[in-house]
Amino acid sequence: MNVDVRPPMQTERAKRVRPAIVDCDIHPRTRSPADLKPYMTQRWWDYLQTYGARRRHGYTKGTPYPKAQPGEASRRDAWPPGGGLPGCDLDFMREQHLDAYGITHGIMNPLGLTGQGDQNREFSAALTSAVNDWQVAAWCEPEPRLKASIVVPYEDGEAARAEINKRASDKNYAQVMLLSRTAEALGRPRYWPIYEAAVEHGLVVGIHVFGYSGWPISNSGWPSFYIEEMAEHETACSALVTSMILEGVFERYPTLKVAMIESGFAWLPPLGWRLDKHWKRLKDEVPHLRKAPSEYIREHFWISTQPMEEPEKPDHLIDVMGWIGWDRIMFASDYPHWDFDDPFMALPPSLDEERRRDIFAGNAQKLYGLA
Amino acid sequence: MAGTGTQSWTAVDCDVHPRVPNMRALHPYLDEYWREQVIDRGIETLESIAYPPNAPISARPDWRDAKGEAGLDIAQMQTHVLDRWETSAAICNCLFGVQMVYNEDMAAAFARAMNDWLAKEWLDRDPRLRGSIVIPLQNVEYAVDEIERCAKDKRFVQILVLCMGELPLGRRQYWPIYAAAERHGLPLGIHAGSSYHHPVTSLGWPNFYLEDYLSQSQGFQSQVASLICEGVFVKYPKLKVVLIESGITWAPGFLWRLAKFWRGVRFEVPWVKVSPLETFRENFRLTIQPLDAPESGDTVARLIDHLRSDDILLYSSDYPHWQFDGDTVISPAIPDRLRRKIQVDNPLATYSRLSEEAP
Repeated sequence: MNVDVRPPMQTERAKRVRPAIVDCDIHPRTRSPADLKPYMTQRWWDYLQTYGARRRHGYTKGTPYPKAQPGEASRRDAWPPGGGLPGCDLDFMREQHLDAYGITHGIMNPLGLTGQGDQNREFSAALTSAVNDWQVAAWCEPEPRLKASIVVPYEDGEAARAEINKRASDKNYAQVMLLSRTAEALGRPRYWPIYEAAVEHGLVVGIHVFGYSGWPISNSGWPSFYIEEMAEHETACSALVTSMILEGVFERYPTLKVAMIESGFAWLPPLGWRLDKHWKRLKDEVPHLRKAPSEYIREHFWISTQPMEEPEKPDHLIDVMGWIGWDRIMFASDYPHWDFDDPFMALPPSLDEERRRDIFAGNAQKLYGLA
Repeated sequence: MAGTGTQSWTAVDCDVHPRVPNMRALHPYLDEYWREQVIDRGIETLESIAYPPNAPISARPDWRDAKGEAGLDIAQMQTHVLDRWETSAAICNCLFGVQMVYNEDMAAAFARAMNDWLAKEWLDRDPRLRGSIVIPLQNVEYAVDEIERCAKDKRFVQILVLCMGELPLGRRQYWPIYAAAERHGLPLGIHAGSSYHHPVTSLGWPNFYLEDYLSQSQGFQSQVASLICEGVFVKYPKLKVVLIESGITWAPGFLWRLAKFWRGVRFEVPWVKVSPLETFRENFRLTIQPLDAPESGDTVARLIDHLRSDDILLYSSDYPHWQFDGDTVISPAIPDRLRRKIQVDNPLATYSRLSEEAP
């Protein structure tokens, strides 16, 4: 059921408030896989037709935990009038999202059929490369407010490095994009070529939740429900942040900047405290660390807001934001997904104007070098 | 309400660890078949890599004996914990790795032997000690049998499982265990540790032991989500779940996340009628060691404020694990006004059997 009340409300609010907004998480979609065909060789286009995507789960179509809404978890009011899945129509995205909220920049994070994490290593490289071409041609060129993310065949570090090198000089790309559920935790040396290339080109590494590691999503095996899968994305993020710090990624690449996307954020300060507490006792195991783990978090990690945790008392979230650091928090809407955060409604009401401006735009402008 | 015997109580230590030294110590408690099996197959120990005995965290330096061992000797536990901190009662959680065994018959035999060993070698020798029933979760019928067998001894006050097992604990096949728990007034204690039947992270096996230990809190989060979402507390509203050695600071943020998602997709779990936050406050308790928070400033007080409950924390030393130094079992970061509640009132309200069998 589409809800008609949204667009007029948005327009009225947009006139009244109008803060500059950088949206750090927008999900563009193809109208159909054929949109990618111009950027693929015949061999890999045929492969896609014959075998399809083979992620580390059993389904040819759909997801192991069915989502909460049709259209790959879309807002019910985001289906373009001209047809296709939510997020596939640039004009409608402009009207419903970019213009309605006064978005100055939107960072696109393609999900779905992108080739990231596919079991076939070469297919993963071919498809991710096509998705990168498509983002620029179909979105960034007609709409300069939109920035692309370099999707990479992350399970093959060298192939990922090559893809980053190929794209880095094009300013349409804002960052390198990884998913959180990789085959091993992202601190492992197999992923270091990605960080090396990112640092070499001054690119942020954005880690968006999702993907399929092939391991159970809880360390007690598979839970029953989608709500549990949603909750578990945070545990994967905790494991990957832990891994990146303890493996010494930031000692090796001291200028590396990481943005956590769609992970929520209230888990991050407790993770830092827990890391510090037990590192003090067990630090002889990781002598390559030169400071407390929480200091690496403070220096190297940025977070995006959605899905923002919702305390019973909204101001409790302000405690958490303060623990993370006001210069590290960036707004994200997750448009056009069902759990979209409305920029006009999402932040705790008692947040002051300066912090509001930093979260809506300032912090992301600085991190991504957006004018 | 607490029985008359508990009025003078000063502290209930909800987590101490007597250590089974090796399989030989259990030989007297195994039947002939299993005694022969462990001898013929050379099963020397079930000690788990969750606590490598020589790792710093596994035992506080001043609690190790001349050979570097800890947790083996009741006289030492009396000196180090029970007498030193005027403990009125201490709950023994044995971590010998019965949960790692694949053979369910073997697991049942070992769990029985361990529980009998605990009763005879520890509980019989100090009236302050209480026990947790270790169950062979590998087979639910066996697990219930073991609960029924041990529950007759009122010194057993809790059922003990690990935070990382074969399946999430809310799964319906485990529910007969919760029925037995409710029937006997036994909380389900979930302790840090793994069956190691799955990697300790959802991203596979980590490089460092430090990652292994840190991943425990992720396991606890999964179990909280599973127990609530599957509807365990709808069916067994009186069941108490104690998260032991879980850390506590992850709890508010995780529950805000789960409660938000519940508002979004509650159609998937329609039997869950109240926010997970409320269920957590009603049915879950957490032990205070390790306190994974800054020791100074008001962070801990704010986190307790975030949980919006004074009833939720339980006193624990986690003996002999090395979580704190000196006598600061209760960190100075925890507000003073909660001291009596954490030490006595909350444990007594959680473990109904404590007041039934007051010494």
